[in-house]
Amino acid sequence: MSTHQVTTVIGLEVHVQLKTKTKLFCGCSTEFGAPPNTQVCPVCLGLPGALPVINEAAIDLAIRTGLAINCSIPEMTKWDRKQYFYPDLPKGYQISQFDLPICADGYLEIVDPADDESTRHIGIIRAHLEEDAGKSMHDEVAGKSDTRIDLNRCGTPLLEIVSQPDLRSPAEVREYLTQLKLILMHLNVSDCEMQEGSLRVDANVNLHIDTDGKKIATPIVEVKNMNSFRAVERALEYEIERQYIDWETDGLTIDDRAKTTRGWDDSKERTFIQREKEESADYRYFPDPDLLPIRIPAERIEQARLTLGELPQATIRRLQDQHGLKAYDANVIVNQGPALIGYFERVVEVSGDAKRSSSWIQQDVMRTLKEQDTSIDAFAVSSDQLGALLKKVSAGEIDNARARDVFAYLLEHDVSVDEAMKSLGIEKVDSSELDALCQELLDANPQVVADVQGGKVQAIGALIGQAKKKNPNANPGKVRETLLRLIQS
Amino acid sequence: MLDSALELVRLQENGDLTAVEIAEKALASVRDTQDSINAFTHVAAEQAIEAARRVDAKRAAGEPLGILAGVPVAVKDVLCTNDMPTTCSSRMLKDFRPPYDATVVSKLREADAVIIGKTNMDEFAMGASTETSAFGLTRNPWDTNRTPGGSSGGAAACVAAGSVPLSLGTDTGGSIRQPAAFCGITGMKPTYGRVSRYGLVAFASSLDQVGPMAWSVPDVALLLEAIAGFEPRDSTSLNQFVPKYTDVLQSSDLRGLRIGVLSETAETAGIDPAIMDVVNEAAKVFQSQGAEIVEVNLPHSKYWVPTYYVIAPCEASSNLSRYDGAHYGHRTDSIDMHSPDGPLVSAYCRSREEGFGSEVKRRIMVGTYALSEGYTDKYYNQALKVRRLIKGDFDAAFSQVDLLLGPVTPSTAFPLGDKIDDPLQMYLCDLFTVGANLAGLPAISLPGGSDSSGLPIGIQLQAPALEESRLLFAANAFQTATDHHQKRPSH
Ligand SMILES: [Zn+2]
Repeated sequence: MSTHQVTTVIGLEVHVQLKTKTKLFCGCSTEFGAPPNTQVCPVCLGLPGALPVINEAAIDLAIRTGLAINCSIPEMTKWDRKQYFYPDLPKGYQISQFDLPICADGYLEIVDPADDESTRHIGIIRAHLEEDAGKSMHDEVAGKSDTRIDLNRCGTPLLEIVSQPDLRSPAEVREYLTQLKLILMHLNVSDCEMQEGSLRVDANVNLHIDTDGKKIATPIVEVKNMNSFRAVERALEYEIERQYIDWETDGLTIDDRAKTTRGWDDSKERTFIQREKEESADYRYFPDPDLLPIRIPAERIEQARLTLGELPQATIRRLQDQHGLKAYDANVIVNQGPALIGYFERVVEVSGDAKRSSSWIQQDVMRTLKEQDTSIDAFAVSSDQLGALLKKVSAGEIDNARARDVFAYLLEHDVSVDEAMKSLGIEKVDSSELDALCQELLDANPQVVADVQGGKVQAIGALIGQAKKKNPNANPGKVRETLLRLIQS
Repeated sequence: MLDSALELVRLQENGDLTAVEIAEKALASVRDTQDSINAFTHVAAEQAIEAARRVDAKRAAGEPLGILAGVPVAVKDVLCTNDMPTTCSSRMLKDFRPPYDATVVSKLREADAVIIGKTNMDEFAMGASTETSAFGLTRNPWDTNRTPGGSSGGAAACVAAGSVPLSLGTDTGGSIRQPAAFCGITGMKPTYGRVSRYGLVAFASSLDQVGPMAWSVPDVALLLEAIAGFEPRDSTSLNQFVPKYTDVLQSSDLRGLRIGVLSETAETAGIDPAIMDVVNEAAKVFQSQGAEIVEVNLPHSKYWVPTYYVIAPCEASSNLSRYDGAHYGHRTDSIDMHSPDGPLVSAYCRSREEGFGSEVKRRIMVGTYALSEGYTDKYYNQALKVRRLIKGDFDAAFSQVDLLLGPVTPSTAFPLGDKIDDPLQMYLCDLFTVGANLAGLPAISLPGGSDSSGLPIGIQLQAPALEESRLLFAANAFQTATDHHQKRPSH
């Protein structure tokens, strides 16, 4: 798009709704989708006299997440009030964390989208806990302009993960979000449903442009309300283009214009201005006097560390080292989450063939999951069954094509692999039977024999096809081997 | 008649009086004095009689009764009650009925107390005279042209007027002790966290504390026993054993007790000499009971008031932001749909403009300013640092002495209207009391004498954290030796 050297600079703020049973400071349920204002109490409504009490489960989830994204967990963290007026915010302030967040200084290693074999190090400034606000619903039915407020979401625990402005392209952003979501799913700390708002992404973006030996930066824009990974990627692509064109047109730089906020319109595929002149908001942060600072003993952090299990990045490395998978394949499998990883490992264990397992799972299994819109936990072919089937393929007892028939049969019937093969009439062909079949073919095709003897080995292909017709269970590799042996003997 | 809660309990046990009879007498007294004193914002006559009836029925059935069975208690209108309005004496909450009881109110009900009503106060507990109430000022039963003090002015006046033997006040910078001193009764601010703040409408969260008010120490001890204790719904509540406070009042032998008298207090300009005389006299009484009097110094005491008047408004400005007209409380009828800031901001501004009185607005402005960007370090954070120094002073003093003795107020009850237009003069009423709030310590105000016009003068004892028993023991010893707490206004 340009003749200038342009660097895209993106930092993300990801709000993760933590999967606690109850809210951050009261015992109300966090269940999604209840009728408006049915999951509220004096505490989350901010009624006069009500006081917050911390939900320890949220602290533990935050610690686990922080450890998984390589953050340090300070010995002491505290609560601050962030003051602003909004109808969704009943107390007139949000309980959040200002200068002593529960997680600080982490990073994520992501695969470089421009080069599968290398990684990028994305810094994480901090992750802090805060309570969510409610929701305003603007009801403009029948010419009215009522605003109704649903406070069910008030007080739901959020972890806000703030990255360094280390991301350089929408593709990297997507990779970062994928990686982050993978970790959050692995830890079971969040549902990560962007549509339901349990994962919300705000992106700060601008361009660093090299022009006539001078480096300038375009004004920073915060892009909001993107509700899918795809939307994030497209919104950023749009925004980068827009900022460049704007700069070419008006020449405004970061020094000329304060940060603005833009929303993403998914249907029109463009960002639009939300707040033109962002006055530097003065939230009047100060320590919440209703909540004591939290001391986090080292034992609690160690305890949390023990619950992490193998993190996705480590699993990717292990699948490469232990099973000889390519980085790409290991990524595809791990990206499907813990259940599929477990499935894969069992298939490998039973079949003894990691590469075959990997390709079957990436192709046949994942395609079927998609077609059936189901999850691996509910999948009809168990890892033991698939493992047993692939073991037979590796042993040459059955070829890939026939194995697919067995796989299809197993999807429909709850039987063992042997039973499936039997039902399909697939039987192991013994070598004397194969010898007889091959001799018969050679006798009937002297020209082929002559061609092969004359050095045209590929001529044998015609006989393999015929053998398969006469006996569908004949393994093509074995047939070829036998034909060559008989010709040469 | 209604002077002593312990006496009322005894009379019921003896069968001399029923709870209903007592409640009726209390309600009659409230009716007789409400016009002249205006101690109540709400009188719950029906609920009180009903509660008394239940006590009588339980007694008749031989069921176990709480320690406040049948005792009329008045509750400051800053404490949530699920069957009465909770207004904080503000137009903002004029019609607010909380869906729940404050923990201290639940504890009163569990103790079988009879809640007579809600008492008047300075709006949102901001003031030292109960003149900032949106529902009219309260008058001092000793002299109805004078203030009862504040902000728990109604809570002090209803006891002094003889309507109830016990009342609950709240103390953020002296709001129990100063009105107790002005009304000639006994009032205690417990250790911060000793009594749950759940359901106490917050003014300054890190300073607020609920406490008992009564004529004499044994009644104060009884009420404290009923309301103290750990509360899981309040994160700042202390998980510490609650002694049976009434048990410590047997002896008046103070031998071995070291009482510190604050040497710099005497030099504080503007203090009424009659008050220093009373404090010195009190020191002699303690001495005569075996206590040793030691002179001590709290070097940062001159910073108490300025520190308090940064921290309290900062917290207040935040705590009061919920009153925006959106969810409950006063909402303006006149939203300006064409306001340049938009209708929403107009709704906030007008609701707050109409709902809050001028003292509340003043403190919100001060607090908002002190917390705003660029000023936090200069004011709020600085005040927090000084607060730590102030706590350090008390720690040092209590390494030498067991209790501190001093005045409660620089003057006796001042005439109504005297200081209402001079906030700085009003703020100086807290000169001797705010230290205990900043340091979170327990302190008690006791009648110690009177001035030449017969107005009560209070003395103050302060103790280390959680040493309420020590405080009550010494205070009771003083009342054993004196009769100041037995004097009554002749209204
Ligand atoms: Zn709640």
